[in-house]
Amino acid sequence: MTTLAQENITTKPSQVFQEIDSNAKMQAINVDAWFGQKQILKSVSLSVKPHTVTAIIGPSGCGKSTFLRCFNRMHELVPNAKMVGQILLDGKNIYDRRIDPVQIRRRVGMVFQKPNPFPTMSIYDNVAAGLKLTGVKTGKSLDEVVKRSLEQVTLWDEVKDDLKKPGTSISGGQQQRLCIARAIALQPEVILMDEPCSALDPIATAKIEKLVIELKQTYAVVIVTHNMQQASRVSDYTAFMYLGELIEFGETGQIFENPKNRLTEKYITGEFG
Amino acid sequence: MRFTGDKVFKVLVAVIAASALAILIITGYTLSVGSMPVLQKFGLNFFFGQQWSPAAGREIFGLLPYILGTLATSGIALLIGVPLSLGIAIFLVEMAPRSLRVPISYLVELLAAVPSVIYGLWGLFVFRGFMVTYIETPISKYLGWIPIFSGEPGGLDIFTAGAILAIMIIPTVASISKEVISSVPNSIREGAYSIGATKWEVIKRWVISYGRSGIFGAVILGLGRAVGETMAVTMLIGNATSFSAMPTSLFNPGQTLSSLIASGILDASSPFAYSAYIGAGLALLFMSLIINVGAHFVMTRVFKVKGGAIE
Repeated sequence: MTTLAQENITTKPSQVFQEIDSNAKMQAINVDAWFGQKQILKSVSLSVKPHTVTAIIGPSGCGKSTFLRCFNRMHELVPNAKMVGQILLDGKNIYDRRIDPVQIRRRVGMVFQKPNPFPTMSIYDNVAAGLKLTGVKTGKSLDEVVKRSLEQVTLWDEVKDDLKKPGTSISGGQQQRLCIARAIALQPEVILMDEPCSALDPIATAKIEKLVIELKQTYAVVIVTHNMQQASRVSDYTAFMYLGELIEFGETGQIFENPKNRLTEKYITGEFG
Repeated sequence: MRFTGDKVFKVLVAVIAASALAILIITGYTLSVGSMPVLQKFGLNFFFGQQWSPAAGREIFGLLPYILGTLATSGIALLIGVPLSLGIAIFLVEMAPRSLRVPISYLVELLAAVPSVIYGLWGLFVFRGFMVTYIETPISKYLGWIPIFSGEPGGLDIFTAGAILAIMIIPTVASISKEVISSVPNSIREGAYSIGATKWEVIKRWVISYGRSGIFGAVILGLGRAVGETMAVTMLIGNATSFSAMPTSLFNPGQTLSSLIASGILDASSPFAYSAYIGAGLALLFMSLIINVGAHFVMTRVFKVKGGAIE
């Protein structure tokens, strides 16, 4: 570890993306984050292009989930959590004091590590919950959104006869697709995924991965994963994080075949992690 | 040797477990036997009669006013106490900073340690005046035309007794609700936040909904305490008897089953009158049992709770 830490200092990349990237759907600029006194993120900058999948990889505890949770202001919900820096959505800082985090979370959806459908709600209501919050109560339009969202995640045929059953009554893989449907029912612009397959079996994982690639036609997707093969299969861009810093960011092919940073290379080749 | 030890332990534990049931059965049996004289004389009229007169030779005993009085005070206690308790629980779990959470939880639980006679004394000298001046008189002035608010507020009445019960059930309901709410998985809150729910919506539509069976259980435990609570109620309810004890207005003196027993049994002039008070105890026991069995029914049938989880 000590040698890595030393290398980390000597090989720290110069900070990139500090200027506003007008092509980006979302852009993080010099993001620092803390839990209490412990600094989790150190000046991380990264931009997410529209209609792409951006993967964030790195060993456990490198801050990748925390970083992801800064993109829809979920980080601040944890007691003692702090964040400094900017995250832009269409060029506007989502941490601006005039911005309501509730509005941001409707535009930037999230899928969690462990499938978390709402157990007290039916499958239908799980998908409809977000829309109901915005005031859409019932009716045909809601039915249509629920159907379309479930179709997009290829769950409709599996659950169309059981829409009234609890969201937790289906298998883990189906639950995770239900959670994706719940997120896209609000027609967000960006979808954040925090290790969405880590609790799933290989077949369910393959389905989610296929879905991620389809989702980028409509949304920008940011996916945190500890699975490097997954990152290389689904993503267009890959960011490698280590000890709270962004070590390298680039096109996925380049990161995996020709990493510029020695730490990235070591991680990719499995020398540590 | 170890094998025999296990067997002995098993028998011992089974006996201890069975003793809980035995105590309930013995209590019920004793009360039934003790109240046999009045039950034989009045039959069901003992539970549904309204008159209570221990005058020797012309004794007549009916429990209806006290059964209704118990329901009325307990109902008021829940109506006032449950929202307050839920507010405390929600504040402690969802909003209070950690530095406040522990001391306030402790203080709330400390309320349970105050002996009920203290609540009675405080109620008599402080709370009663407060109720008359700031609550009952204004209500009587503007809503006096509604039958349940009719009459002259005097402070020693059903409303005051119910309000003191509300305070007394807060520690039970609030601390159990607090445990229930803190056991709601964070992943549910996060899922709700991620689709754009506000804090209020997360609490209302997700946290309470997920914890509803546990909160219902907390309310039932509070109700159990309210139904049986004796001392403070006896000191504050005004101890009406016979027809005048019918709870027609919240601002009239009333009587509950427990306060009837506490205020009357020492003056019971004959073995027959004594048996009537034991009969009141039997009615109280039945009420508590019905509430608990009913609550269990609601939990299993309405909330479909099995093994502590919502299906």
